[in-house]
Amino acid sequence: MDTMSPPIRYLLLISADEEREPDIADGDGRRRFDAWMADLERRGVLRAHEGLHPSRTATTVRVRDGDVLRTDGPFMETKDQIGGFAVIECADLDEAVEIAAGHPAARFGQVEIRPLR
Amino acid sequence: MEDVTQANGAGDHAGPADHVGQANGAGAHAGHANSAETNAAPAEGAGADVGAAVAAAFRDEWGRVVATLIAWAGDWDLAEESAADAFAAALETWPRDGVPDRPGAWLTTTARRRALDRLRRAKTGDAKLRLLAATAGEGSGGSPVGRPDEPPGGPRERLDDDRLRLLYTCCHPALAFEAQVALALRTLTGLTTAEIARAFLVPEATMAKRLVRAKGKIRAAAIPYRVPPPAELPERTNAVLGVVYLLFNEGYGATSGDGLTRPELTREGLRLAALVTELLPGEPEPLGLLALLRLHDARAATRTSMDGELVPLEEQDRGRWDRPAIAGAVALLQRALTRERPGPYQLQAMIAACHAVATRPEDTDWPRIVRLYDQLLEHQPTPVVRLNRAVAVAMADGPAAGLAQVDAVAAELVGYPLLPATRADLLRRAGDHAAAATQYRAALAAAGNDGERRYLARRLAELTSG
Repeated sequence: MDTMSPPIRYLLLISADEEREPDIADGDGRRRFDAWMADLERRGVLRAHEGLHPSRTATTVRVRDGDVLRTDGPFMETKDQIGGFAVIECADLDEAVEIAAGHPAARFGQVEIRPLR
Repeated sequence: MEDVTQANGAGDHAGPADHVGQANGAGAHAGHANSAETNAAPAEGAGADVGAAVAAAFRDEWGRVVATLIAWAGDWDLAEESAADAFAAALETWPRDGVPDRPGAWLTTTARRRALDRLRRAKTGDAKLRLLAATAGEGSGGSPVGRPDEPPGGPRERLDDDRLRLLYTCCHPALAFEAQVALALRTLTGLTTAEIARAFLVPEATMAKRLVRAKGKIRAAAIPYRVPPPAELPERTNAVLGVVYLLFNEGYGATSGDGLTRPELTREGLRLAALVTELLPGEPEPLGLLALLRLHDARAATRTSMDGELVPLEEQDRGRWDRPAIAGAVALLQRALTRERPGPYQLQAMIAACHAVATRPEDTDWPRIVRLYDQLLEHQPTPVVRLNRAVAVAMADGPAAGLAQVDAVAAELVGYPLLPATRADLLRRAGDHAAAATQYRAALAAAGNDGERRYLARRLAELTSG
């Protein structure tokens, strides 16, 4: 029933050591990123894509017993932090993996693929 | 990781498994006496012949019906439920109407109709229902080839076998290995969740959750239902080979409480292994696995005595081994070895071949077997392979040398049933009867089935009465 399978939307959560941000912003990394973006546009799968400011700019909010608690920083303090995300709409998980593997940060960080409801 | 994940190494039936008379190399002791009957229990009064026909259809057709239904409707749970419905319907109608000429076709058609009924009740969208309804009739399925009513066709047709597609999908790398194996056993062979849980040595609830999660992930993450493209085949095939080997072992070693094996599982394992070799003609490891399975299968008839006691390798009647099958398997293995890319299955097949070509037990080339285990350890540095190697060392250099090797690995094999059995066997050979008896008692307590227990009890009786 491949013909009637609707495309699936996936969230790609791109995370890496924030110190390595220049590895994407400059030089070869930049070229790889641009090639990745061009590939997504060619496939016509990109629904959203954003880069994030570093995790030190994050604020985490919790409500406990009616109180709004604000903390400085991300909800999890780990070396690798989410630096960007993309929403893609493609055929299946194999295509999503192929796309995720093309992101330059996958070489030193990782990309988590989550199907959207 | 559970015991079953050691299948690649532990499934070596030419290792301690045979020397001590234990059949189940994978350490996966499933009781299969009540095999598929949860899904299709022959009803009381249905008539023995019809009951047997349904049971036979279940063995032969379950995997095909499920695979075809998944291909058609794209829904795993629906496929399994509808297949179970179809077998239940067979139990009702076959006694009245007779067994159909082509049971597989009847079951597939019935399963499709039941699936449509289920979808209508679930108020599935009109478009999908219309499309499915249009393809529900016999002979117009969503599956292009490999329908159950078709005899095996040429290589091209068999490459498209729905079951192979199902197998590769079950072995998708986005699923954990334990989930891959469990899913393949459930969907391809119809083993019940309880049986798979026993094979994996986990509680049934754990296994049920694992299967639900795996199917949930396939659905939500849209893991595609297909044989992967050529570039990905070698990587994906490793997982498939592991599953096929486990499937074979389940049939070969799953001697249940009353001494039965499950030849349909070994058949399915042999068939799938052959299919993978056709799909990957350039790859040596599938050939190695196929050779290994055929070597094991060639002496299957001699592994159990008339009264169900396991017969260790050295006591098997070699005159009853299937010599043409052994020659064919050795030729396959040689074909694999010409590629000069050895791997764990080729090495295990080479070890099995050492046993199979020895006319008498004393003709066995044990030093060569030790060297082959050394090579196998480079690929699979597992304690079970080291235990197998220790037995070969004992046969080559004497039981004391073997026991020292067993002691060196024992701490990593606590709770492994073949550990006391192996020790007992080597101590008996060394002439230390008191220590051997203690180990036979421990092995008896851990043994998985009657065949093993009878063998161990006989050895124990020999030691303590003499």
